[in-house]
Amino acid sequence: MSSLPALLDAVLVVGLVLLGLSALLVVVRLLRGPSGLDRLVALDVLVAEFLCGLVAYAALTGDSSLVPVVVAISLVGFLGSTTVARFVRRGTGR
Amino acid sequence: MSAVASPAASPPPDPDGALGVVLDAVGTVSILLGVVLTLVASIGLLSLPDVLSRMHAATKPQVVGLLLVVIGGALHLRTNVDVWMLVLVGAFQLITAPVTAHVVGRLAHRGDGVRRDLLHVDELADSADETDPGPDSAETDGDDEDGGEDGGDGGGDGGPAPSHRPQEAAGRSHDGRGDGAVRSSLDSTE
Repeated sequence: MSSLPALLDAVLVVGLVLLGLSALLVVVRLLRGPSGLDRLVALDVLVAEFLCGLVAYAALTGDSSLVPVVVAISLVGFLGSTTVARFVRRGTGR
Repeated sequence: MSAVASPAASPPPDPDGALGVVLDAVGTVSILLGVVLTLVASIGLLSLPDVLSRMHAATKPQVVGLLLVVIGGALHLRTNVDVWMLVLVGAFQLITAPVTAHVVGRLAHRGDGVRRDLLHVDELADSADETDPGPDSAETDGDDEDGGEDGGDGGGDGGPAPSHRPQEAAGRSHDGRGDGAVRSSLDSTE
């Protein structure tokens, strides 16, 4: 068997590919979503998956300079989704 | 999973030592679990029927998936600053996910985001404010932003919300100032 760190890196790359696949599925929902609330939920999930991807990439490369970016995006993602939810028109849901 | 974790017991030649490799392996397994959970939740987001059940799917990558990935990243990076920043990310996600879910769920229940034929129990069905979308569904486009803000702010006392809409519109058209709507809506709730 080859060395274990190479195997771990390969597993992380597979994880990043799976994250990209799930982000594609979420983008399909984001484009198709019948109401604005569907798009809002899909956008939240997309932000969460982007954060997961950044953390996994930082773990893959061992480069910790992406960690403040993760903090900033988690803050801004919350503000954005809550603000958009306030302006969804009541009653019609879009 | 076990195929990844079991070779970690044998110490391979590594500059970090055996402990570092074990931590890397555990972190990789954690990240992979979070990613698989995210993938399952994305499939659910694409296939579930209405907004509330899509929210049910959406909370998995937002809370559990992100926490698993963050724990894995912290086990990989292992620096003081990075670990505490990732702890901050996890704690912030735990704090903010219920807020967004509450707002979105309330809007979905008021609107057409719920497949009511799929519900067994609708505990908010008795509340008139929850089932009635309110007069602002028939409002013109000019009042939509204020209507949305009032709906968010008056969430606790949603009872008088349908009654003060005409007064609010009358007060705004009466004096035409920006704070007229705020004052009239405050008066009508008393």
